[in-house]
Amino acid sequence: MGRERIFNAGILLALLLVPLIAWKMDEPFLITLATKVTILALAGVGLNIALGLGGLVSLGHAAFFGIGGYAMGILASHAQNYEPLFSWPFLFEGSNQMPLIWLVAVVASAAAALVIGALSLRTSGVYFIMITLAFGQMLYYFTISWSAYGGEDGLSIWVRNEMPGVNTLDPIQFFAVTFVILCLTLWSAARVAQSAFGLALSAARQSEERVETVGLAPFKLRLMAFVISGAITGLAGALFADLNRFVSPTMLSWHTSGEIMIFVILGGVGRLYGPVVGAAVYILLEHFLGGISEYWQIFLGLLLLGMVLFARGGLIGALLGREVAHD
Amino acid sequence: MTEPVLRVENLSKSFGALKASNEISLDLRPGEIHALIGPNGAGKSTLIKQISGNLQPDSGRIEALGRDVTALDTVARARLGLGRTFQISSLAMEFSVLQNVVLGALGARGRAFGLFRNVMKDKALLATAQEALTRVGLHEAAQQRTSDLSHGQRRQLEVAVALTLKPRLFLMDEPMAGLGASGSKDLTAFLERLRHEAPILLVEHDMDAVFALADRISVLVYGEVIASGTADEIRNNSEVRRAYLGEEEQA
Ligand SMILES: Nc1ncnc2c1ncn2[C@@H]1O[C@H](COP(=O)(O)OP(=O)(O)OP(=O)(O)O)[C@@H](O)[C@H]1O
Ligand SMILES: [Mg+2]
Repeated sequence: MGRERIFNAGILLALLLVPLIAWKMDEPFLITLATKVTILALAGVGLNIALGLGGLVSLGHAAFFGIGGYAMGILASHAQNYEPLFSWPFLFEGSNQMPLIWLVAVVASAAAALVIGALSLRTSGVYFIMITLAFGQMLYYFTISWSAYGGEDGLSIWVRNEMPGVNTLDPIQFFAVTFVILCLTLWSAARVAQSAFGLALSAARQSEERVETVGLAPFKLRLMAFVISGAITGLAGALFADLNRFVSPTMLSWHTSGEIMIFVILGGVGRLYGPVVGAAVYILLEHFLGGISEYWQIFLGLLLLGMVLFARGGLIGALLGREVAHD
Repeated sequence: MTEPVLRVENLSKSFGALKASNEISLDLRPGEIHALIGPNGAGKSTLIKQISGNLQPDSGRIEALGRDVTALDTVARARLGLGRTFQISSLAMEFSVLQNVVLGALGARGRAFGLFRNVMKDKALLATAQEALTRVGLHEAAQQRTSDLSHGQRRQLEVAVALTLKPRLFLMDEPMAGLGASGSKDLTAFLERLRHEAPILLVEHDMDAVFALADRISVLVYGEVIASGTADEIRNNSEVRRAYLGEEEQA
C-alpha cells in the first residue's frame, strides 16, 4: 500500500508540474495537452468504478461522455444565441456557468446510466458488452440526426464557459479547475472502494453466489456502480467539450468508448490511478508517435497486447505488483 | 414435536434425461442435525441448491421458517435466515479473510449502501466478524489473503461467513471435506454446539462425523431418498448398506 501511495502521489505531481513548467515557459499547447490528459483520466476513473470495482465491461461509456458534452453544448449554445431553452415552468435561457453545466451533465448522464444499466445489467459477460455497445450506438446515431443541435457537424461554442472566481480563458486556470476535479474524484473513488458498498460490489465481481448468499442483491449494487460510473464520465464529457469549445457525435462513437477502456486497461484495471497513467501514456503516444507515423496505433495495439498477455494489472501492476488486500 | 423449520415436499429436478432430484421429501426440526448422505453424483448438492434458491426445481415445494419460499430468490431466502456453506468454496478470493467475514456481517445488516465510511473500521461489523472467525478458529489468519488459504481453512471460512448471518437454519454442503482428521474432529464438536443455535441440514461424506452428529439421516441415491431414519435405523438398514455404506467399507 505504501509504495502505491508514493507512486500515485508522484503521478499527480507530474501531472501538475508539466503544465506549470509549460506555463512558465509560455507553452500553452503543453498545458492544453495536460488538461486533455486530466479530463480523459477523469472519464477513465468513472469507467473504472464499473469495470475495475464492479467487473462490468461497458463498451457504451461514450454515451455518458457524450451526454455530458451535449449538456454543455446545449446549455451554452442557448446562452450564446440568446434563445431560451424553455419558457415553462420558468424562463430558462441556457447557461454559460460551468457549475450549473456540470450539475446538468452529472444528472443527465446518471439518469441515462440508470436506464441503460437497469436494462443491460440483466445480462452478463459478452451480452452485457454488446448491449452497452448497442445503447451507445443508438445515442450516437440519435445525435447525428439531431439537427436542432448541429447534427453530424456538432456544436461550436465561441467562448469557453465561465466559472466564478476563475478566468477559464487562461489555459493554466482552466487546467487547475480540471485538476482539482480529478483530485476530488480520485479521493472520492478511493473512499467508495473502501466503503461498505465498495466491499459488496467488489465481492459481487469475485463471486456473485457469495454475495447473494449473504443476502445482498448483486443487481442493485451493480446498478448503483453503473450510475456513479456514468455520472463521473458524464462530468468528464462536459469538461472535454469545454476544453475544445466543441461537441459532436464523435464523442459518443464506440471508438470513444474503446479509448476510455484503453486508458483503464493500459493503466491497470481496478487500480485507482490506472486511468490517470493510461490516459497520460495514451496521449503521449498519440502526440509523439502520431507525429512520426500515422500508424501509431499499431504501437498502441502492441503495447495493449503486451499488457493483456504479460501484465494483467496494466502498467501500474507491472511496476508495483498485485494489489495488497488492505486492512 | 414442534413444527419443522424446513420442509421439502416432492421436489423434482432433471438435467435433461438425468433425474437429479426425484420426488424428494424431507424436513428439518428445531435443534436437529439432519444428515444427507449418498454416493457421488447422488444429487445432494443439487438438493441444497434448490433449498438455498440457486436452482429452481421443476416441481415440488419448499417451506422454510413457516413460509413457502419456493418462488423466492437466493437473496430473499438468505434474508429470511437460511445460512449456506458451499461444497466448492465460494469466497471472494482477492479479499482478506477478515473482509470476507465483514461481507457476511454486512449482509446480516441487510444493506450495503454506505459510500464513504471505511467499512473495515466499522466497529460493530468488525466485532461480528472477529467473533465468527474466533469461533471457527481462524482468527489468526484474519489478515491473510483468502486465495492463500489451505483448502481446509477455506471450509472454515465458509462456516464463519455463514455464522455472521446469524441464520435460523444452516445448509452445509460437505463442510468437513479437506479438513483432515483433527480438523474434522474440531468441526464435529463445533457443529454439536451450533445445532442449539439453529438446526443443520448437513451433507457429509465423513461417516464418523455423520454418525456422531446426526439425529436423523436421509440417504440419497440417484436423486431418490431410499431411506430416512435415526442413525441406528440407517446403520442397520440393509438396502442402505448395500447401496452405500457397503461401498464405503470396501473402499
Ligand atoms: N447444472 C447441471 N447441469 C447438468 N447436470 C448437473 C448439473 N448439476 C449437477 N448435475 C448432475 O446431477 C447429478 C447430481 O449432482 P450433485 O452435484 O448434486 O451430486 P452430489 O450428490 O452433490 O455429489 P458429490 O458427492 O460428488 O458432491 C450429477 O450426475 C451431476 O453431474
Ligand atoms: Mg455435492
